[in-house]
Amino acid sequence: MTTAPAKAGWRFRQPSVIPGFGLTLGFSLAYLTLIILIPLSGLVWRSAALGWADFWAIAIDRRTLNALRISFGTAFLAAVVNVVFGTVVAWVLVRYRFPGRRIADAMVDLPFALPTAVAGIALTTLYAPNGWIGQLLMPLGIKVAYTPLGIVVALVFIGLPFVVRTVQPIMEEIDKEVEEAAATLGASRFQIITRVLFPGLAPAIITGFSLAFARGVGEYGSVIFIAGNLPFKSEIAPLLIVIRLEEYNYEAATAIAAIMLALSFLMLLVVNLVQTWSRKRYG
Amino acid sequence: MADPEIKSYEPHHESQSAAVTESRPVKAVLMAIALAFLAIFLLLPLIVVFHEALAKGVGAYTEALSSPDTRSAIRLTLLVAAISVPLNVVFGISAAWAIAKFEFKGKAFLTTLIDLPFSVSPVISGLVYVLLFGAQGLLGTWLKAHGIVILFAVPGIVLATIFVTFPFVARELIPLMQEQGNGDEEAALSLGASGWQAFWYVTLPNVKWGLLYGVLLCNARAMGEFGAVSVVSGHIRGLTNTMPLHVEILYNEYNAVGAFAVASLLAGLALVTLVLKTLLEMRYGAELAATRGH
Repeated sequence: MTTAPAKAGWRFRQPSVIPGFGLTLGFSLAYLTLIILIPLSGLVWRSAALGWADFWAIAIDRRTLNALRISFGTAFLAAVVNVVFGTVVAWVLVRYRFPGRRIADAMVDLPFALPTAVAGIALTTLYAPNGWIGQLLMPLGIKVAYTPLGIVVALVFIGLPFVVRTVQPIMEEIDKEVEEAAATLGASRFQIITRVLFPGLAPAIITGFSLAFARGVGEYGSVIFIAGNLPFKSEIAPLLIVIRLEEYNYEAATAIAAIMLALSFLMLLVVNLVQTWSRKRYG
Repeated sequence: MADPEIKSYEPHHESQSAAVTESRPVKAVLMAIALAFLAIFLLLPLIVVFHEALAKGVGAYTEALSSPDTRSAIRLTLLVAAISVPLNVVFGISAAWAIAKFEFKGKAFLTTLIDLPFSVSPVISGLVYVLLFGAQGLLGTWLKAHGIVILFAVPGIVLATIFVTFPFVARELIPLMQEQGNGDEEAALSLGASGWQAFWYVTLPNVKWGLLYGVLLCNARAMGEFGAVSVVSGHIRGLTNTMPLHVEILYNEYNAVGAFAVASLLAGLALVTLVLKTLLEMRYGAELAATRGH
């Protein structure tokens, strides 16, 4: 970085008259390394130090497997719900004009701004058997609070803005002339939506889905209040990490965290592949 | 979905727009679904916070807020935000300067690394510091020998908060500064400004609204963080309890009014954040458009 070869084809950076490159990059890298990279590699190092046999024993422990299944399963369901309703919400906010639209639009960001613990106790109070929504669902035999369904409800709350805010800007960019052209060529509204609009939105919807899913898998604060936290039934993986930590079982906590990180990265990879495929297919 | 036949029976004056919009009944149904969904999932939880907080009257509400433990939780939350937000602002500006103003190898990779904390569970963000500084941790024995306390104390809470709020400012500033290019700074430099002057009088005024936007989101998360802080705090009442952690303790003690009273302060903070955010977007929408998102 200090002495760049004068005429070499490879150079670390393009020349520029703007000063401060060394200072800002140096500070950013140092801060990033100290706060994020060293602590995270500590986790990788600790789980590698466990040894394969110990690591595997923790990984296939029934309680671990169930917690992972519940975390990924509920996050998946919640992300699906958010894709459906989030897309409808985005459509209504972009295309229709009605009083209170601006407020509704601003409200979508509430889950970003509201602390998760507050969301957790509020949702639990709403969906408890004597809560405003819980008592309406009780006669129908639907129990939400203290069941896996409660986890899904909390994750729908947490994930909604990810879908809406990813899909909304793409919808705003859609050229109405394309729809008009399709209509003049005799396409029905239904055909326009499925054949013209949806393909353009698909990559954004997939991104929104993956963001909501990733956030849901790791979510802790809003879930632990409403979940009931029964081992094997409604115990999420982040909670199991906390429980293992409280038992001073650092090995198990580390192993579960490493598995979660690995699965999340694998998932992001798959989503990226799907996205590349959908871009190719729908252009 | 829509019955495509309906539109052909619409009165003539509607037919112009009917081709590129849904028929009236479909429109009404979609709007009803969207608004009901928003009301049930977003509005009701917000209302229930204030309803429960005031369930036993204003007296019980103010009493819950004036307890010493609540007071100290509020103080700690403000302290943690006051340390971690400025640090992430300095980092955000510095990272955005390096990434947006220069072309260098590995830039895309660096940008990805900055976003990394968003894809890590908050619990894991706390866990990594326990593994580093805890009694069984890599630096645990050394820290103990030198009498340095990080875990289950304010430094640990600050570190975990910095970790989870790390990307907020940087990811607002990077696209904004990239969009604005280097022209203004180059002009200032050629007119004899120093690097600091170019930053202070040219760059900073150009990005101030984006910076404010990032600070706003960073602060909301810093004050509201639960999972990461919960792992490193040790939950010592009056000492290492932030407001969100205090909400949990009160709630688990079946002190609903107390829990929701503290929660209502956090909900108020969220509402203020949303209002300011919306105002920023309304007034400086064009400038922020490039960076709009989460």
